[in-house]
Amino acid sequence: MTGLSVPHLIGIKELTVDDIRLILNTAVRFKEQINQPIKKVPSLRDITIANAFFENSTRTRLSFELAERRLSADVINFSSSSSSVSKGETLLDTINNLIAMKVDMIVMRHPYPGSAYFLSQNVKATIINAGDGTHEHPTQALLDAFSMMDKTKRDVSDMKIAIIGDIMHSRVALSNIFLLKKLGAEVMVCGPSTLIPKHIESLGVLVEHNVEKALAWCDVANVLRIQMERQQAGYFPSLREYAQAFGINKERLSKANKTITIMHPGPINRGVEINSDVADSEHSIILDQVENGVAIRMAVLYLLAGRS
Amino acid sequence: MPGLNTILSGKKFSITLERLCYQLIENHGHFQNSALIGLQPRGIYLAQALAERLNLIIAPAKVPYGELDTTFHRDDFRTHKGPILPSAMKMDLVVENKKIVFVDDVLYTGRTIRAGLDALLDFGRPASVELLVLVDRRFSRQLPIEPNYVGLMVDTRASQKVKVNWKAAGEEDSVLLLTE
Repeated sequence: MTGLSVPHLIGIKELTVDDIRLILNTAVRFKEQINQPIKKVPSLRDITIANAFFENSTRTRLSFELAERRLSADVINFSSSSSSVSKGETLLDTINNLIAMKVDMIVMRHPYPGSAYFLSQNVKATIINAGDGTHEHPTQALLDAFSMMDKTKRDVSDMKIAIIGDIMHSRVALSNIFLLKKLGAEVMVCGPSTLIPKHIESLGVLVEHNVEKALAWCDVANVLRIQMERQQAGYFPSLREYAQAFGINKERLSKANKTITIMHPGPINRGVEINSDVADSEHSIILDQVENGVAIRMAVLYLLAGRS
Repeated sequence: MPGLNTILSGKKFSITLERLCYQLIENHGHFQNSALIGLQPRGIYLAQALAERLNLIIAPAKVPYGELDTTFHRDDFRTHKGPILPSAMKMDLVVENKKIVFVDDVLYTGRTIRAGLDALLDFGRPASVELLVLVDRRFSRQLPIEPNYVGLMVDTRASQKVKVNWKAAGEEDSVLLLTE
């Protein structure tokens, strides 16, 4: 068996079905590894990785850093708020300075869509996209698929997944749609019409504006965060109204009258897109997603590093 | 001369496995405090075959059995062409203070065993570790590692390959020597 077909992880769109399956299968082994008394393996001990975060993040940055350390890589962290970026240095200059210090791989989050692709075309290092604006967040989609399969013991191709919330601003939604469709799942997006991009049906997804109908249809509900920082345009009247119309609560779930696996990429706005009685329920795999995130990122780093 | 020679098969193959079983019993009794661990990917077939035979001999006792993958501990990760893909691990046993017997099909440079020792330590501190191999390619070690139990010893050139086939993997039980 061969490795990945791509030298960088820019988005799910560039991956083949074999690539996706390879990452998911390799992550199974890494999940076993991080559940052992000694979680660390020496595979990446001669590799230096820079985590360049030009946008805030807790989960993703910590998850990548843990994955890197558990593979024994050397890690440097960089965030735009405490760097020369605030003095006006360009992205390319910043990254080339990192590479001059013999960095082999760069994990980048950036507010601009396409920035990871731009970097992969212009610098000599392996680039891993940890979220580029409203474009893609590939490792999140991979860990979501992994978590669904791990919890339900079924293959994704056999599942109906509803992605509920702010689809328009969500890189998680886009990466999830690409990945789930590639693996043959049925996908529905659900939210207020102002937060669903026009022509999204062309990606092969169903569109629903009634959250109760979406819940009645799906096996897995992936509930997205209402991105407060991107709501100035007034896509809906108020958070309270959003919660009333689209919030996932126990009552709505019991109406669907079946077991629905609940997911959320975090951070959660409790009481807005999801209520605590659902987020903390036995069918919620929100914390499993976080655990699996480390295994998925270890698999991605391992497979990309082994390629060079 | 290029070719393919069968160096062990049929009845002799079976007798060799039988002998290895009794050698293990000599040192480990009913495996009260010992365990057999097959090294992925090819060592597990030998380990399974031995465990099956041992379970018949020492019944009703059973041999504690595991399968260990060494991929993440290999020393050729960056020099290898393409990534080395991991195999499944089955380690539902306690390693702490146990007498472990590593099982692999062919011992050549000793590097897999070195990686296996590191991988094993992730699960705890064994009382001791021994090594059982079906084929020992003598005089080709790159590390100070020697087997405790040997099925067959062969002298080979570096250009030759030794392959062990297993019924469990869809082939006839045999050891082949390939010359290119």
